[in-house]
Amino acid sequence: MKKSLPATSVAGLGRMDESVAVRARGVVKSFGEVIALDGIELDVPQGQIHGLVGPNGAGKTTLLGLLLGLAVADSGTLEILGTPVGRALAAPDGVTGFVDGPGLYPSLTARQNLAALAALRGREARTAGIDDVLGEVGLTDVADDRVRGFSLGMRQRLGLAAALLTKPRLLVLDEPSNGLDPAGKKHVHGVLTRLAADGTSVVLSSHRMDDLEALCSEVTILATGRVVFSGPLSKLAAETDELGYRLLTSDPEAARRVAGETAGVRVADDIGQNAAVFVVHAMVPALDELVVRLVQAGIAVRELAPVVSPLEAAFLALTEQQESNR
Amino acid sequence: MTATVAVTDVPTAGRVSVARGYRFELVKMISQWRVRLLVLVCWIAPALFVAAVSQQGSLPVDTLFGRWMHATAWAGPVVVLGFSGTWALPLLTSLVAGDAFASEDRLGTWRHLLVAVRSPRRIFAAKALASLTVIVLLVAGLAISSTVGGLIAIGNHPLIGLDGHLLTPADAAGKVLLAWVCVLAPTLALAAIGLLGSVALGRSPMGLLLPAIVALTMQLAQMLPIPVAVRLALPGYAFTAWSGLFTSPAQLGPLLIGIGVSLVWAVAATALAYRLFVRRDFTNLTDDGAGRRALTGGLLPLVVLLGVSIGVVTPATGATGSGIEQEKVQQSVATAFAHLYRLQTKQLNRPDVTEAQLKATAACTKGGDQVAAQGAGNDWRCVVTWHLPDVEAAGTAVYQLDVTPDGRYVADGDGPKEVNGFFLVRTPQGDAPNPLWQFDAKLELLSATPKE
Repeated sequence: MKKSLPATSVAGLGRMDESVAVRARGVVKSFGEVIALDGIELDVPQGQIHGLVGPNGAGKTTLLGLLLGLAVADSGTLEILGTPVGRALAAPDGVTGFVDGPGLYPSLTARQNLAALAALRGREARTAGIDDVLGEVGLTDVADDRVRGFSLGMRQRLGLAAALLTKPRLLVLDEPSNGLDPAGKKHVHGVLTRLAADGTSVVLSSHRMDDLEALCSEVTILATGRVVFSGPLSKLAAETDELGYRLLTSDPEAARRVAGETAGVRVADDIGQNAAVFVVHAMVPALDELVVRLVQAGIAVRELAPVVSPLEAAFLALTEQQESNR
Repeated sequence: MTATVAVTDVPTAGRVSVARGYRFELVKMISQWRVRLLVLVCWIAPALFVAAVSQQGSLPVDTLFGRWMHATAWAGPVVVLGFSGTWALPLLTSLVAGDAFASEDRLGTWRHLLVAVRSPRRIFAAKALASLTVIVLLVAGLAISSTVGGLIAIGNHPLIGLDGHLLTPADAAGKVLLAWVCVLAPTLALAAIGLLGSVALGRSPMGLLLPAIVALTMQLAQMLPIPVAVRLALPGYAFTAWSGLFTSPAQLGPLLIGIGVSLVWAVAATALAYRLFVRRDFTNLTDDGAGRRALTGGLLPLVVLLGVSIGVVTPATGATGSGIEQEKVQQSVATAFAHLYRLQTKQLNRPDVTEAQLKATAACTKGGDQVAAQGAGNDWRCVVTWHLPDVEAAGTAVYQLDVTPDGRYVADGDGPKEVNGFFLVRTPQGDAPNPLWQFDAKLELLSATPKE
């Protein structure tokens, strides 16, 4: 395909919106016969944590690779941090991150990995800066241990620390939650939230829906190289069909009766092992009505949680729909 | 959809300089236990080897200068050089250059490196320079360590050259240093082939082994009776051609051609590696460079280069055949005998004679009169004749020669006993090694006429 720069693109170069970290329009990327990305449209504002979801082979890693400058699109336009990405490899300054796990050298210690990286990028290995980022990700105690002995979660955190060293304006992370224990997860979430609060945009992919729901204000769902949803999580929930919710109350029998009488609420037959808990299926408004009625009936609601998260449900529904359309 | 991309290249302020990338690569290389071990071995083992072997009663006479290890420090580094050209340098280049790119495949760090450095070209330059630095460090270790070991164990004494003439310690030191420098050229060629294998074959073990395999193949080829032009066109010829420095006059022609060919191979293999590397798609996980592209982009051009080398060297040198001819052998044996006879005369405290006075000549045949006297073989027989001042009768001595295809030969004295038939001579100070009993020498394969 012949690549050319249209006049409109030239004219547009002077008015790039720098409040947008990523703007993709009609981005296509193929590997031989395989179309990895097929007309991707994506907007990520500055300071937003944006989730990227999709089944295996959906094109997430390819898209993240484009953002990191590891590849160039076959066609379409991609602007990163207000700058159009050219045909040469390498992303604009201020972009960092990792795909397919962080790149670390096992024969070096955690501190040496960061020092070598800092020296590489022109910042002399400032002990204070390295200690700061190691502290942020909770690796101070193992700073002088060789990475060879690190667990997957520790490597992920060190990879994040390496990214922090460069003071990024756009952080691109592929499955950063892989292998994290609860403490590690807490560190990573804290770092990402702080970065976003400071104006750094974060684009991350994950199969952990709970992570995405906890971190992301917006998500993009990819399936077979196409965007099937992009927007806030609330919009996703509103567009989703009724979900199943686990309900634990002070009086299960009475609660089941109230639920059965509430319009738009369907009580599941399967009770499960815990008789005090039952499952109801409802859209969000009907669920709100059920809670009001339970309270009015003097029944305490002790737990109300979706059996499957809205994001996961939407993910499954949208990707299944995509598959059936093929 | 409109098929457009913005073609304006973004100014990437964060791009890393080659110098910083070079330092980064060095840090990574030196942090590997394997490289540390190699550095340690190359800087210590040769000294121990030379010191230990020099004290032994049985010397490695199969190796050039091995028979002189007990006599001078300068034999040790050239013995180590001969061994290194055969084994150590191919192995070192395999382990360093052959792993320079493959290690990133093995660790899965390519994308990290690209994001950090932002330029495949600079990554290549940094890796190539870092590999070169480590290899030069290892070669320097081999040379310096073996020299130091010899100086400590034996001392700074004259060295007998490959035509029997005596090199002063300073002259020997200079030639030993020059020989090691010359060997850098084929080492660079192997290192470049290592880079090519590392880029082209990715994490496949073949990438790591490629320099060693190429070196082994070239050594096998050098052992065969191939035409001299083909011999010189192989990138590893300089691994043995340095021995021409130890004759008088030095056999510079083959050495310079060998160095030239090696450098051309070094540049060509590096360029091919670079071309393959910058074209690699780092977003495709399954692509580590191995496969058909490696064959067409890496191996085939080298085969073509070999053909071109032979095609250029053959008419340029005008050399045909094996380069081992009767007249050359006769002249070489006579010259070496004359030099060594003077040495023996000195040992025996007899009046000094000059080579001119000796008028030594040699008559050599190969495999009897029925066979043409040319080519390698252990069936050469030479009768040396010489004259002493004021003595009418000419002296004669017989040598059996084992000539290898690369022009090196070992002459084994076959009598008379008091001249060259016994390994010791009785001197006023006691028994001493007889310099005429056995000696190593080197024929110049290229010269059409023997040199005086």
